[in-house]
Amino acid sequence: MALKSVPARPPESRTTVGRLWSSTVGKKAVMAVSGAVLLLYVVAHMVGNLKAFAGQESIDGYSAFLREFGQPILPHGGLLWIVRTALLVAVAAHMTAAIQLARRARRARPAGYERRPKVQGSYAARTMRWGGVIIALFVVYHLLDLTAGVLNPHGVQGEVHSNIVADFQRWYVVLAYTVAVVALGFHLRHGIYSGLRSLGVASAARAKAVKATALGVSVAITAGFLSVPFAVLFGIVR
Amino acid sequence: MNYTLRVWRQDGPAAEGRLVDYEVDGITPDMSFLEALDLLNERLVLDGEEPVAFDHDCREGICGMCGLMIDGVAHGPQRATTTCQLHMRSFDPAHPVVVEPWRAHPFPVVRDLVVDRSALDRIVEAGGYISAPTGSAPEAHAVPVPKPDADEAFESAACIGCGACVAACPNGSASLFTAAKVTHLGLLPQGQPERTSRARDMAQAQDDLGFGGCTQTGECTAVCPKGIPLETISRMNRDVLGGLLRSR
Repeated sequence: MALKSVPARPPESRTTVGRLWSSTVGKKAVMAVSGAVLLLYVVAHMVGNLKAFAGQESIDGYSAFLREFGQPILPHGGLLWIVRTALLVAVAAHMTAAIQLARRARRARPAGYERRPKVQGSYAARTMRWGGVIIALFVVYHLLDLTAGVLNPHGVQGEVHSNIVADFQRWYVVLAYTVAVVALGFHLRHGIYSGLRSLGVASAARAKAVKATALGVSVAITAGFLSVPFAVLFGIVR
Repeated sequence: MNYTLRVWRQDGPAAEGRLVDYEVDGITPDMSFLEALDLLNERLVLDGEEPVAFDHDCREGICGMCGLMIDGVAHGPQRATTTCQLHMRSFDPAHPVVVEPWRAHPFPVVRDLVVDRSALDRIVEAGGYISAPTGSAPEAHAVPVPKPDADEAFESAACIGCGACVAACPNGSASLFTAAKVTHLGLLPQGQPERTSRARDMAQAQDDLGFGGCTQTGECTAVCPKGIPLETISRMNRDVLGGLLRSR
């Protein structure tokens, strides 16, 4: 019963990635880096969305620019497919590590406590796992809605402005987007804070700055993403 | 005063456990939590029942032996305080006080409130030392240590290995414990040569023993009787990653 010795484990991997992946600290670093890739995309996406306020030509033109970028070296839409591939790899690494670590955590406490008041960590920290699930499900809906256009009432490729205006005139679509974006905000609030610690850059001297950065970035991204749907709903963007 | 203590009773490692209510009168506000358990045990022995098994030693808050989950909080409601230094005045007699053992797969219950925490020793054995034989204590001024480093190292060295961080962590992780050990050696000149390999090996032992990973919820530092800061884990992560990025 007593843990007399450390249990045997398979020989150490010879590749750096293998060594990182076999360690919980390494896996958290993988989550931090893949999360950073996703965060960079989310920031670019949010800033691009704001072109909706500059009128139909601005955002439709931006969409066309992204598709024509790098021609003739890249094929039509080449940049987008490169970005999509990178995102897919990052999402796969992020989710696989998260699921494996969550399962490890469950095994580490097979019997729970009879009395356990709410944990002292932040709401954002407690909702990371389910928040991630909500975001993943939302991304599927979002791709069907505004990328493929299947679930969009207008649904014409390239006519970004008309698609979003048609979309966000329905209050329940705005509600769905709001839920997802707020979930993303909470996820980023703890994700940025935790990711910087996972990578070991949050020293005691920088602790306050790390916390403030996490909050500031997540609030800015949440506000930026929510501005377009609400502007359409209230007739500011039409 | 009269308190209801709702205590986890378990006859052995494999036995089924349950919470049992005990009415204990004669508890004074100045009694420590362990003294209240002593009082309960005296009554149980007089009644011919088995006393409640719990770990304790110095009762001065410095040895790390005591440690109970009290109303769902490791070491009870008072911050930066071990169970032995907690007083009964912290509790309202109107509500039963729930007392449970630390819960983690690497901390099997031995009996009642006693768990086997030797997994923490296994982590220390994996690298929590300095290999170079240094002889007797050197002249204190021979190796200068910057004051902030000395203070931070001492802050981590205050870890008494009670296991409250593991008990409180939603992931059953020992990261705060391991980080404290890694930090108090890694900040001092003697600990430099083995800094990253030590961190890597201790983190590896922690994984192999079945502890969970850290998600930075900060539960551990909130219950740590020595107030070891969460940033200690960030420092450990840096050293562990440094160790993992280069081959042995």
